[in-house]
Amino acid sequence: MRRWIAFWNILAKDMRAYYLKPPNISWGLIFPLAWTGMFFIKSGSGLESVLTLLPGVVAISILFGTTSMLAVTVTFEKKNRSFERMLLAPIQLELLMLAKTGGAILFGVANAFVPVVMVAFIADLSQVAWCAFIAAVVMIAVASTFLGLFIAVAVSEVFEAQTFSNFFRFPMIFLCGLFFPIEKLPVFLQPLSYVMPLTYGADVLHGAVHAGNSMSYVIDLSILGAFCIGLFAAGLWNIKRKWIL
Amino acid sequence: MQNNVKLSEGAVVPVIEVAELCKRFGDVTAVANVSFEVRRSEIFGFLGPNGAGKTTTINMLTGLARPNAGTIRIGGIDCTDHPKAAQYLIGVVPDESNLYPELTGFENLCFCAALYGMGKAERQAQARELLDTFGLVQAAERRFGGYSKGMKRKLTIAAGIIHNPPILFLDEPTTGIDVASSRQIRQFLADLHRTGTTIFLTTHYIEEAERLCNRIAFIVAGRIVRIDTVAKLVQPIQEEHVMLLSLSAAGPELYEELTSAFPQLDFTFISDGQICVESSEPINVSPLVRLLEDCGVEVTEARKIRPSLEDVFVRITGIEADVMLKEKEKA
Repeated sequence: MRRWIAFWNILAKDMRAYYLKPPNISWGLIFPLAWTGMFFIKSGSGLESVLTLLPGVVAISILFGTTSMLAVTVTFEKKNRSFERMLLAPIQLELLMLAKTGGAILFGVANAFVPVVMVAFIADLSQVAWCAFIAAVVMIAVASTFLGLFIAVAVSEVFEAQTFSNFFRFPMIFLCGLFFPIEKLPVFLQPLSYVMPLTYGADVLHGAVHAGNSMSYVIDLSILGAFCIGLFAAGLWNIKRKWIL
Repeated sequence: MQNNVKLSEGAVVPVIEVAELCKRFGDVTAVANVSFEVRRSEIFGFLGPNGAGKTTTINMLTGLARPNAGTIRIGGIDCTDHPKAAQYLIGVVPDESNLYPELTGFENLCFCAALYGMGKAERQAQARELLDTFGLVQAAERRFGGYSKGMKRKLTIAAGIIHNPPILFLDEPTTGIDVASSRQIRQFLADLHRTGTTIFLTTHYIEEAERLCNRIAFIVAGRIVRIDTVAKLVQPIQEEHVMLLSLSAAGPELYEELTSAFPQLDFTFISDGQICVESSEPINVSPLVRLLEDCGVEVTEARKIRPSLEDVFVRITGIEADVMLKEKEKA
């Protein structure tokens, strides 16, 4: 019971202190809106193409929302030593980091539904397979958050967290099949796509929204799950190695 | 205040036992074979210059660093490899405030209490009590980031004891804060000690350690060079006799004159016009004054000095206390 009180309060504190702040809420609204508009205008097609763009915009919204927030907040707390306060408390590191990442995961999931709500006004979403869609959203949010954790532990300054995040994020936009099918990429780039977690999340989203998946949901979600476990384990290993000297 | 977690009874029961503790960072040995015990309900001082290994030792005891060798037992729990097991027993006040600048004072305390699994009503009551104790009620709803240095320090101490730990680690609790806040903190620590809390204190203020601590360990270059009660540490030096003479003038030629006339006395020229005279026997000041007047030097003041823990520290470590303090404040 004691550990869950700690878990819930860490999560609630992060939500209140970081995620529910007006600048972050506006980021969560404006960012997906800008991406949707940009790709919609660029495609030059009609409203019917919105559904093919939706998976990519959803995935990007989650990726940028979670990695930005977590990498910055954890780096900031490490820098001002408030993270130490939690390391001194009798909470297992695994539970502590799940609590810290929980807020970012929820923020990512909320971000994902901003473009969905927007698209609901201009396109018919009745054909969307919501179970697969929600599963993909949650898994992408978890994987992206754990990627953010990995980045946060690897750097020591807040600005480094942003720069290092972009090192991972921008290639993902173009290599993960969000807006261009992986098959259309140059052959030498295609293997890179398959070592990025977003590829599998985006595939499920394409399948859920317009039956455009290239792999089965089970394979996609299993690989995404493996990425989640691997990134979380790498983050914890790095914390133990670098922060608990 | 009552401690939630009880330690075994007995005045001399060690609650912290450290044996052969070592910590290396690459080629640098920060802590080398450190062994000591802290007894239940005592204030144990840990004194040393910057880089001596004080904070590294505290970090190992509290679970923020892993020792390369040695054992740590806190409250009878072996926490060498499993520091989490003893973290319910300890409170930690680091040398720099580590609370959340974006939260209010009250929110910070409630959050810290929640980290120890305290229920909502209990943590709010405890937070209010501590805000009252430290005179921070008026600032309870203000963001911690806007607090003065003294207020930040007091709230950090309050956060360290919010779960009523029977053992408290305090790293430099009064460094760099105003006199009134320092006095309030010292008074609070004395009160806390009376309730039975064991306190592990590091400080650069040797006078503070002398006033508060039951026993003191001196650590230099990662090694403990002396551990004893304040009375026993000071005893040998108190048997010596020290006088401070203020003179109208003093130069090297005067030193020659004095040492040849009084070979049983040790003379140290402290600054222009001041000489420290030391002896194992009581010092008869009249012949000294006569000789100085014969040399044309007027003695404006002659003062008997009571040797303090600071003198013991300087003698053992070879480091002047004011140098150590300046280094710390610069850092």
